[in-house]
Amino acid sequence: MSYFGYVFDHLLKDLRLEWRSRDAINGMLFFVLLVVVVFAIAFDPAGYPTVTRQISGGILWVGLLFASMTALNQSWSREQRNQVLEAQRMAPSPASALFVGKALANMVFVLVVEAVLAPVFVVFFNLQVLGNGWLLALILPLGTWALVVNGTFFAALGLRARNRELLLPLILLPLSLPAILMMVQATTGVLTGDLDPLQIRSWITQLAGYDVIYTTVCVLLFETVLNAE
Amino acid sequence: MPWDERQPCAAVRGKIIVTVSRSPILRNVAVIWLLATVAVLVVGFRQAIFIAPPEETMGNLHRIFYYHFAHAILSLVFPYVNLGASLAYLYWRRRDPLKALNADALAVASAEVTALYAGICLATGMLWGKPAWGIWWAWDARLTTELLLFLLYVSYLLLRRFSPTGQTSALSAVLAIFAGIDVPIVYMSIQWWRTQHPAPVFGPNGGGIAPQFVPAVLWNLAGWTMWGIFVIGFRYAMERRRQLAEQEAALMALEASLETPQ
Repeated sequence: MSYFGYVFDHLLKDLRLEWRSRDAINGMLFFVLLVVVVFAIAFDPAGYPTVTRQISGGILWVGLLFASMTALNQSWSREQRNQVLEAQRMAPSPASALFVGKALANMVFVLVVEAVLAPVFVVFFNLQVLGNGWLLALILPLGTWALVVNGTFFAALGLRARNRELLLPLILLPLSLPAILMMVQATTGVLTGDLDPLQIRSWITQLAGYDVIYTTVCVLLFETVLNAE
Repeated sequence: MPWDERQPCAAVRGKIIVTVSRSPILRNVAVIWLLATVAVLVVGFRQAIFIAPPEETMGNLHRIFYYHFAHAILSLVFPYVNLGASLAYLYWRRRDPLKALNADALAVASAEVTALYAGICLATGMLWGKPAWGIWWAWDARLTTELLLFLLYVSYLLLRRFSPTGQTSALSAVLAIFAGIDVPIVYMSIQWWRTQHPAPVFGPNGGGIAPQFVPAVLWNLAGWTMWGIFVIGFRYAMERRRQLAEQEAALMALEASLETPQ
């Protein structure tokens, strides 16, 4: 079987598991919805449309970041039940295929959450996109991948750690901050229409570069993390 | 290190104390290095505080720059020691575990000194920023990225604290690679983002340093480099002793378990 065959198998397995329980997606959906409501109460978006436009990109990403972190921890503890992870370590398939499959599955979950919540977000925050809205279709997946690929990796890294629920944000957030800056700047630029298209493009290019770099590193180092003893 | 070089172990109050014989040459080198470091730092202090003339617009305020600059540069250098040591650790992990332990000791030492130097850089920067800009902190590109560097290495040290015994070295080496990749992103961000921080001193767009301030800059840079190397070496030696004591304790436990009647 080819490498992509293994990746596809892992992806399919994770999607099937999620389809049966729907824990991650439901949890994330409700979590992001709550974050949106909390921020809406804190900032009164209806009264100040300009301010809302300026901060809503950040709020969206903060919500998604926190929500995906709650789901990422779960996605590996699933493998720990019945010593599945030990079996994966002994399996002859490449270890990074397991990682890529799981990262893709997590990506799908977060994208579903985004697709469902984007209209809700627009309604609640009374948003009117002033820039080229289609660019969001590029920024959202790139930004999501930046969060998910590192998040999946560090969730695996902290799997056997003491208080791993706390450890994941502690190591994921500092590393993701440049990516968060890039995606928030690009999103805000599109929403407000203030930013020069060239600048938006440069933010998107940087975000894509960040994705490529960290995806490569994650794939190369995953086997070390899986067999860390 | 061969086993017979060590002095015998003694069990004191349930804790096993291991004494490792020190190489007298190494100790002498360390003492001489420390004395030289202090001498260079004294010269650097004299140059920065007494000899360098007051600056045209900032007056005496610029004197903090010599400390800020040295720590800022070095906090961008030591991460690479950490990265190199971590890569060496991962390379030797399976091939030569004893060498790998050396690399791991160097990695933890350099990470701690990186966090320290980045912290000092931030603190001196804030002390300068209050009188010069009127604010302690600005969310400007270079301040943000130095803060990120600091946070990265604090999170590295936290991972070392939290990770399960036996996996600490490998997991933290992996995180060190991630952090090391973040450092050039930090540096490039100087060009990427608009900035309130004074222009970079080096490089094609660098502002440069007026000749009368150069000696103070160089002496302080040299002094703090030597001091950083000394602290890393000291911490490295401590970590090595801890590792050796751990090995010794493990060996004793193993021997004790063999002696029990079957």
